[in-house]
Amino acid sequence: MKFTCLSKGGGFHFPPCHMLNVSGFRILLECPLDLSSLAIFSPVPVGLEAHEPLDSESVARKKQKIEKTLDANDLVRAEPWYKTVKNLHLWDPSFIDVVLISSPMGMLGLPFLTLSKDFSAKIYVTEATARIGQLMMEDLVSMHMELNQFYGPGDASFPQWMKWEDLEILPSELKKIALGKYCEELGAWMPLYSAVDVKDCMKKVQTLKYAEEACYNGTLIIRPFSSGLEIGTCNWTISGPKRNVAYISSSIFVSTHAMDFDFLGLRGNDLMIYSDFSSLDTTENMENDDTCFDPVTYTSSNVSDDVNNLEEIAASLLKDDESREEMEKLAFLCTCAFDSVKAGGSVLVPIDRLGIVLCLLEEMSLLLESSSLKVPIYIISSVAEELLAFTSIIPEWLCKHRQEKLFSGEPLFAHVKLIKEGKIHLFPSVHSIELLTNWQEPCIVFCPHWSLRLGPVVHLLRYWCPDPNSLLILESGVDANLALLPFKPMEMKVLQCSFLSGMSLQKVQPLLKTLQPKLLLFPKELRCKIQISGANTIFRYSENETLRIPTSKESTEIDIATDLASKFRWKPLKKETITRLDGELVMDQGKHRLLSGFRPADSKQQILLLHWGSPDLKGLLTELSKMGITGTIKKVSDEAEPENAAGIIDIVGPEKALIDVRETDTVIIAANDNLASHIFKAIDIVLDGI
Amino acid sequence: MAIDCLVLGAGQEVGKSCVVVSINGKRIMFDCGMHMGYTDSRRYPDFSLISKTGDFDNALTCVIVTHFHLDHIGALPYFTEVCGYKGPIYMTYPTKALAPLMLEDYRKNMDRRGEGEQFTTEHIAECMKKVIPVDLKQTVQVDKDLQIRAYYAGHVIGAAMFYAKVGDAAMVYTGDYNMTPDRHLGAAQIDRLQLDLLITESTYATTIRDSRYGREREFLKAVHNCVAAGGKVLIPTFALGRAQELCILLEDYWERMNLKVPIYFSAGLTIQANMYYKMLINWTSQKIKETYATRNAFDFKNVRNFDRSLINAPGPCVLFATPGMIVGGFSLEVFMQWAPSENNLVTLPGYCVAGTIGHKLMSGKPTKIDLDKDTQIDVRCQIHQLSFSPHTDAKGIMDLVKFLSPKHAILVHGEKPKMATLKERIQSELGIQCYCPANNETVTIPSTHYVKADASDTFIRSCLNPNFKFSTCSSVDKSYLDSNGSKAVSRLSVSDDRVSEGILVVGKGKKAKVIHQDELLNTFGEKKHEIQFAYCFPMHMTRTENIPSASDLLCGLDNCTLISRLSTILSNELSEGNILDLGEQLQVESFRVSVCLSDSCPHRLSGSFQNNSESVFFCCCWAVADEKLAWKIISIMKGSTLQTT
Repeated sequence: MKFTCLSKGGGFHFPPCHMLNVSGFRILLECPLDLSSLAIFSPVPVGLEAHEPLDSESVARKKQKIEKTLDANDLVRAEPWYKTVKNLHLWDPSFIDVVLISSPMGMLGLPFLTLSKDFSAKIYVTEATARIGQLMMEDLVSMHMELNQFYGPGDASFPQWMKWEDLEILPSELKKIALGKYCEELGAWMPLYSAVDVKDCMKKVQTLKYAEEACYNGTLIIRPFSSGLEIGTCNWTISGPKRNVAYISSSIFVSTHAMDFDFLGLRGNDLMIYSDFSSLDTTENMENDDTCFDPVTYTSSNVSDDVNNLEEIAASLLKDDESREEMEKLAFLCTCAFDSVKAGGSVLVPIDRLGIVLCLLEEMSLLLESSSLKVPIYIISSVAEELLAFTSIIPEWLCKHRQEKLFSGEPLFAHVKLIKEGKIHLFPSVHSIELLTNWQEPCIVFCPHWSLRLGPVVHLLRYWCPDPNSLLILESGVDANLALLPFKPMEMKVLQCSFLSGMSLQKVQPLLKTLQPKLLLFPKELRCKIQISGANTIFRYSENETLRIPTSKESTEIDIATDLASKFRWKPLKKETITRLDGELVMDQGKHRLLSGFRPADSKQQILLLHWGSPDLKGLLTELSKMGITGTIKKVSDEAEPENAAGIIDIVGPEKALIDVRETDTVIIAANDNLASHIFKAIDIVLDGI
Repeated sequence: MAIDCLVLGAGQEVGKSCVVVSINGKRIMFDCGMHMGYTDSRRYPDFSLISKTGDFDNALTCVIVTHFHLDHIGALPYFTEVCGYKGPIYMTYPTKALAPLMLEDYRKNMDRRGEGEQFTTEHIAECMKKVIPVDLKQTVQVDKDLQIRAYYAGHVIGAAMFYAKVGDAAMVYTGDYNMTPDRHLGAAQIDRLQLDLLITESTYATTIRDSRYGREREFLKAVHNCVAAGGKVLIPTFALGRAQELCILLEDYWERMNLKVPIYFSAGLTIQANMYYKMLINWTSQKIKETYATRNAFDFKNVRNFDRSLINAPGPCVLFATPGMIVGGFSLEVFMQWAPSENNLVTLPGYCVAGTIGHKLMSGKPTKIDLDKDTQIDVRCQIHQLSFSPHTDAKGIMDLVKFLSPKHAILVHGEKPKMATLKERIQSELGIQCYCPANNETVTIPSTHYVKADASDTFIRSCLNPNFKFSTCSSVDKSYLDSNGSKAVSRLSVSDDRVSEGILVVGKGKKAKVIHQDELLNTFGEKKHEIQFAYCFPMHMTRTENIPSASDLLCGLDNCTLISRLSTILSNELSEGNILDLGEQLQVESFRVSVCLSDSCPHRLSGSFQNNSESVFFCCCWAVADEKLAWKIISIMKGSTLQTT
């Protein structure tokens, strides 16, 4: 098995991406887009500002590489391109056999892959991820349209900003985003796909339910298990004849909305790929990195861990304050928003995390309802209506307490009721007529896009940024300084909030204890943050480095049907018994099975005999005489051992024939088929054979 | 190993479906229904047959309920709350959501009928808490060995067929299913599985139905005619399923025909039920599913809640009233009021359990129905029998059995004589052993078991390379035997010896191992001994030109000419085998022949041939595998003459 980490990604919106080789199949894990790199582009410029040419002085200054603080003019004024996983384009898409997508974010780059000519891989995605991912891609395409219309049809093949002269004069901060640290990432930029491409891409996707088994090529059994990160997100198990792999993406044990992390489903796999990099982003703020967590010794050989103990660990993993903390965070955001609207300012929430938005909507309207304040909540997105309608019909993908709502006949999320009551308004875009007629300030607006370069947020931010009473709520992980550059000077308050995006490192140890993998693939970056000790083998992986993982199983297991096995003719050989196999070998559900075949009877006669040892000439004569064939030993080449050695038997009756017996082979010379086959039978009897 | 299948209900009848299957040490109860036709102890399955002591938790691994119809779930609260079963119960999300509604509705009606409570509202709530919901195709690991999976069954929302697998043994219990899509649900869908046992319903064991659209039109026409004449239409249904299906049908028709006549649902049912349906729209047909983003198909526009005071209100209307089959309750109350008027219409579903008023109405045209000793109802209203049903017909059952091709099949949920007919068909047409046990009978069938062995890489690798051999063989095609008499058919047969190159080695106290035959001798330190056949004989030859002697002729180059001549002869005469001309040598499979010039060839049987100039010797050798072929070639060679120029 081989494993290559193509990218460790960056935060919730840009999950890691890996390439895996199992049982001879190449599997791509995730196909995301790095949307944070949109920051180098200028949002749709306003009025004249757009046509303002770069004065010669600034060009000269840039050429001299005089560093100054970035300003809005430094941003690239062109139709944005999109940055795919930097190392993915080094791989030939036609050699990929399977693509596994764990989250809607991990799907945004998929149309680029399905567009390539020889791409023929099977793509597995959970049903909910596929639907949400499609809506996100459609939304991206429709938001991009605005910029597309502004800049007009340009040279799609190679835009001006990508020319070397232009890249040279980019400020270093932007250059690093455009080119990467070692100037190797320019090839990752792509012009955005179209709505048609998205549709074509979705046609190639095979959707799965949680814990549904998909069998690829009869060999690999692929199953998604909920990861708790978002609605529809999942971890995967891949079982082949020689290897069982569990792939863990960013996971949350107890979710406020999505189905919980189903870690028990991942049990019984000998290899675990840990790909939750979320702690990389959060622990940076921790006081001291050197104080590693107490190394807990864990030995996988210690299977004597009684069931109770395992259950206890499992329970402790689920008993959690994280989700409570998360709810407290949301409540805090709501009070901040509430304070803002009370002061007459509006609140802008460009957060693109479905679950967070759904929970915020509930919290926010509860808070508003308890006060006398009548503040409308607007959701502006081309896909808002469909997305919200979708979330109200998917109880199977939600956490336990949301499912309870189904069983008691209540709507899964409060927004269903709130929309009906006119407390939440949905608009497809900022210039829709419904919005213009309904608009009322102060208000709370949820809209895309978190990069602050695309979508309704650009217009609203421009509109509100001089207002000190208004509030902008950003996700952490966004480089606020760069993101807000085009909107400066900002009077608006900015609140940056981090949300739970994966499991904390403290939980890795107990998780390993529950799952007991023999081998573990763990990111090098997280090494100093955690010590995993014990008898299990750990491979540390880092970006763009291929790891070869030795096979653990020597041989392949094969199932032989009992009805077939009972028909075998056994033969002793030394201390064991042997038999020739029969029947049909089929590969079914990742298992080799030997079943009784439907062979026509006559082809059974085919003899595939294998003989060993050397025949005893006298014994052979005896056998021959039993069949009525007479002959004499004519010549014995080895006089010393006449009993067992080579020689020639002269057959005289019923017809003439010769048997030339040598140490390792015998030649039957006869002029008649009947005689020849009789002689053969006699030799077969004296020799050992199968 | 065997699978024991104890039929506690729905054996040779319809009602109280309940089958307990013991499979490799696990015991699963499929469905836990009640019988609508009885009010005494026969109403529930005889649970004492599962465990005499009443310790059901140890006797059963789990309970699986296929859908929310009462004949499949009606006894569940009784079983869990009164009998005390506390183990896991599995059903799909819609079934878990909607079952309490059905049970509660039934409980109320039971109450009203004065039968006394068998279980209470609290019982239902407590019982439902024990239920673990499952999604379609989700593979649920019940315990270490037992795996179950639900497949879409059509029939009603959330109905599922269940697959269960323990070790190597696997089975499917279908519950009720529909192989054709209806107004709101899709057709049943299942993977091709390796099954030891299939337990299938057989409600319509002998019926073959045509398209449902004609039947739907009939129904709509009957309803339209009735309301146009100012009559009232009573549709007795159970709360869920049929009601929504017909409602979608009527809504659609109302909109098309611009009708304003009110459609009522009897109290409480509609709004709540439709709320559920809206959330569960993913479980309906593709067409309905797609409406979720715009207008959910279960947002009925013309439907209103019914009030008891409206029973005798003037004007036409359509009323959906529970329970179905008019077993009592509100539908009976309304029926008593509306039946005497010939303007009114009562629409009955395709199937009514014997003993219900619905059944009486359907069998013949009664003018009077005795409710009990004192009450008699005049029946003058029109009766329309819905001829479309959410059950599959005989063709559908046969299709499913054929598709799954289980080793054994058991029929339940049907009428005895019809089941017998279907059983015969399954055995004769599909060659599958089939049973239709009566209630409380046990059927035992053998189950699949595999022997585990480790296979060596060499064997697996050699199996990965196809090694087909093609040969034509004539055989008697059995399928023509009865109709056209025996008929010899020559067909191409493909054989592949990859598997028989494998050797299974079993030693004491060791795991069985499969190795390739090439590895065998190495493993055991033995030396291979090859047995070959050889024969050197003269072949007749004529010459058109006079050339002095054979020895002159037989120079090296000419050997090739002779071989190529021989090749031509063989290719004309030989139907099988691949003839390879290797210049000095000719090869057919393992058979090799070359011109032999040595007079003392060891493969020549001395004295049997006379060496003359009119013949040339050919030396052949071959392996035992091609014995027949070799002798065939030799006889061809002996019988022909080589022409040389």
